[in-house]
Amino acid sequence: MKVTLKVWRQKDKNDEGRFVDYAADEVSPDMSFLEMLDVVNVGLVKKGEIPIAFDHDCREGICGSCGMMINGRAHGPGRGIATCQLHMRSFQDGDEIVVEPWRAQAFPVIKDLMVDRTALDRIMQAGGYTSAKTGGVPDGNAILVPKPAADEAFDAAACIGCGACVAICPNSSAMLFVAAKVSQLSILPQGQAEREARVENMIAQMDEELFGGCSNTYACEAECPKGISVRHIGRLNHELLRAKL
Amino acid sequence: MALESKIPEGPLEQKWSKHKFKMKLVNPANRRKHTIIVVGTGLAGASVAASLGELGYHVLAFSYHESPRRAHSIAAQGGINAPKNYSNDGDSVYRLFYDTIKGGDYRAREANVYRLAEVSGCIIDQCVAQGVPFARDYAGYLDNRSFGGAQVARTFYARGQTGQQLLLGAYSALMRQTHAGSVKFFDRREMLDLVVIKGQARGIIARNLLNGKLESYTADAVVLATGGYGNVYYLSTNAKASNATAAWRAHKRGAFFGNPCYTQIHPTCIPVSGDHQSKLTLMSESLRNDGRIWVPKQKGDKRKPKDIPENERDYYLERLYPSFGNLVPRDVASRRAKDMCDEGFGVGASGLAVYLDFASAIQRLGKDIIEQRYGNLFDMYKQITAENPYEAPMRIYPAVHYTMGGLWVDYNLMSTIPGLFVLGEANFSDHGANRLGASALMQGLADGYFIAPYTISDYIASNKFEAVSADAPEFKEAENSITAVINKLLSVNGDKTVDEFHREFGKIMWDYVGMGRTKEGLKKALTVIPKIREEFWKHVKITGNAHDLNTELEKAQRVADFMELGELIAMDALQREESCGAHFREEYQTADGEALRNDKKFSYVAAWEYKGAKQKQVLHKESLKFEYAKPSQRSYK
Repeated sequence: MKVTLKVWRQKDKNDEGRFVDYAADEVSPDMSFLEMLDVVNVGLVKKGEIPIAFDHDCREGICGSCGMMINGRAHGPGRGIATCQLHMRSFQDGDEIVVEPWRAQAFPVIKDLMVDRTALDRIMQAGGYTSAKTGGVPDGNAILVPKPAADEAFDAAACIGCGACVAICPNSSAMLFVAAKVSQLSILPQGQAEREARVENMIAQMDEELFGGCSNTYACEAECPKGISVRHIGRLNHELLRAKL
Repeated sequence: MALESKIPEGPLEQKWSKHKFKMKLVNPANRRKHTIIVVGTGLAGASVAASLGELGYHVLAFSYHESPRRAHSIAAQGGINAPKNYSNDGDSVYRLFYDTIKGGDYRAREANVYRLAEVSGCIIDQCVAQGVPFARDYAGYLDNRSFGGAQVARTFYARGQTGQQLLLGAYSALMRQTHAGSVKFFDRREMLDLVVIKGQARGIIARNLLNGKLESYTADAVVLATGGYGNVYYLSTNAKASNATAAWRAHKRGAFFGNPCYTQIHPTCIPVSGDHQSKLTLMSESLRNDGRIWVPKQKGDKRKPKDIPENERDYYLERLYPSFGNLVPRDVASRRAKDMCDEGFGVGASGLAVYLDFASAIQRLGKDIIEQRYGNLFDMYKQITAENPYEAPMRIYPAVHYTMGGLWVDYNLMSTIPGLFVLGEANFSDHGANRLGASALMQGLADGYFIAPYTISDYIASNKFEAVSADAPEFKEAENSITAVINKLLSVNGDKTVDEFHREFGKIMWDYVGMGRTKEGLKKALTVIPKIREEFWKHVKITGNAHDLNTELEKAQRVADFMELGELIAMDALQREESCGAHFREEYQTADGEALRNDKKFSYVAAWEYKGAKQKQVLHKESLKFEYAKPSQRSYK
């Protein structure tokens, strides 16, 4: 199959950026979207041009490196997938595909489709942990976790930190990302000691990084590659209120 | 130079505790005066950086990723072993030790493996305390499952995303230390050289991938936790950026390379779909707990799997290995799959696949239970192949997955360069010739949380450190040689891309230095590899320059190193005239086609010393002694 790409090219964070058209003429439906970009890039290098830069690594949907807006959708069409898990069989022969980086004030563009998501690490630094030091912890079975709680905590912990929730949100909010971590640790007994400080500090850092607030569009849940539910945002709000009272 | 493994004296079960007592300590007030560099922040790197930070050292941690959470440890699916004996099925530290030594086909050090088994229980406790959501039963206790190569249920898991959850645990501990100021994390930096001053590892040169600047960092000790080299084969289950450059450059500075030929092929990966394939996806081998592997009894049978009746299917692992069945170790399962396909029984369009069938498990347990156990793996399979494994069997084929070889380290995890420690997959230490499932996460975290923090402290306390500056001639020399290599790569301006070379090189490695190796094939590889390397330096095409973010230039340096390492892998495979674990030489097999070891001649660790670009590497041998687990012919029948 053949497709036409309209790809955002931007030399560095100071460059204005622009769309550039590329023809991908030998596309197999079994290729992943990133493999299709690989083929386009081989062509560009052979012509002496600079290949399209994009973040990627594991290519199996778990490292959270890849992420781009494809036809206005975070990680492209389909649900529950990262960009690396999108296959060209999701497109039709002759399609025009628009490819852009995540756009958010807190995610400055580094080059082309690569953005700086270190703001998410700084939110984690503000409190996304239990302060358990190496050694000096009880036996694993000394802390009982009811299965439903373990399952609910896992659902939240599955977040891969890709930033799709931020990219698709009209307010560029990182609420789902923050909620996932706060929720995981507020459900588990291990997270209780620092429960209040954690939610307050992580939210304060989120605001400082210039992420917006939540206005309940639920777009984040729809685009999350791990299907993390907005009910964790509900729990985040509950935790914040609880901490303030 | 003689290899000293520094294995402590005394009975096996007392070695580590006695050694811990003998090791010197650094006064808490003095720790912050010592800087330690940690390169790589996956499981081993993040856990050691966080633990050293907690102890009070000044830690500089480096990653070529934007965040430690991107490291490839994140992709480990199945689980992590620990002999907690929560299942009451007869497990013990000794049994895990024994299984690991046996699984590694008697090519690992007893003392290291015993220590690994001994500390593994603490890892589970540590991860639970961090909030890792391990699977639980309805009473709230930790759940276990069984895994290949073991007859007890000792594997802890978090659905099919155990690596992710353990890495996020270590990452959160690292983020906590970063916030506390004891660890400084440097993102998007790639280590390109190790700096050795007066015989001690005293720093690194890292390239800032965003602007191409070379940066020098000094320290009193350097820790490499940079993962394995499976991408030497181009197609592997490793992440795209996983590479051997940091380890290889340390090798060139004097760190011996141990057992490079031990590369593990994983039996349950999704088959290649075409030339565009950029990497392979592994399906956790926990699938073999409930999935049954089969091929049609009739060669070239093109019927749909559901149209092939039971009596026309060959469940060959169950037939050949009645007691272990589908749970034989990885190397055995991989070779049998290759045999079946080589003999023409393979399925799918390419004929390079076998079926992994869940129909009987779904019938027995119900779809819900199977979905709970493997839901994300089934989704992943469906996403990639557009086939539904709840309805039709999966197609699987072996792929390069893990490298047991790596930089040689002594019992303290220190390389042959004093002050250079190597952890996790980057070292050669604990898996012998073959790694059992759910042992990689265990080793990475054992090294990082519970071994290296002690042994590095001992090194710091036992040595004197003169002040060094990043302006020292050793740093300048290293920077200049990196700049020369980069300039040379950029000046070639040939006609073939880095990926094209890598793919071609990987094919040679897979064909001649892959699953079944022969003297002839290896010799052939050793004549072809230098030629393709020469081609590379004459014809590679890299666009862009050295002062920008340049992904092609990053790849080119890694591939150049792979092409040197690949040759060493072939040399090592050629000298090891036996089959053991994942290293299978066609000439050395039993009548049943099993690996035939030669303990008299090859019960040693091969440690290679780099002697310069034009010289042959020199082989050193560390002989292995087995006082507890007596070598026997592995049998899983």
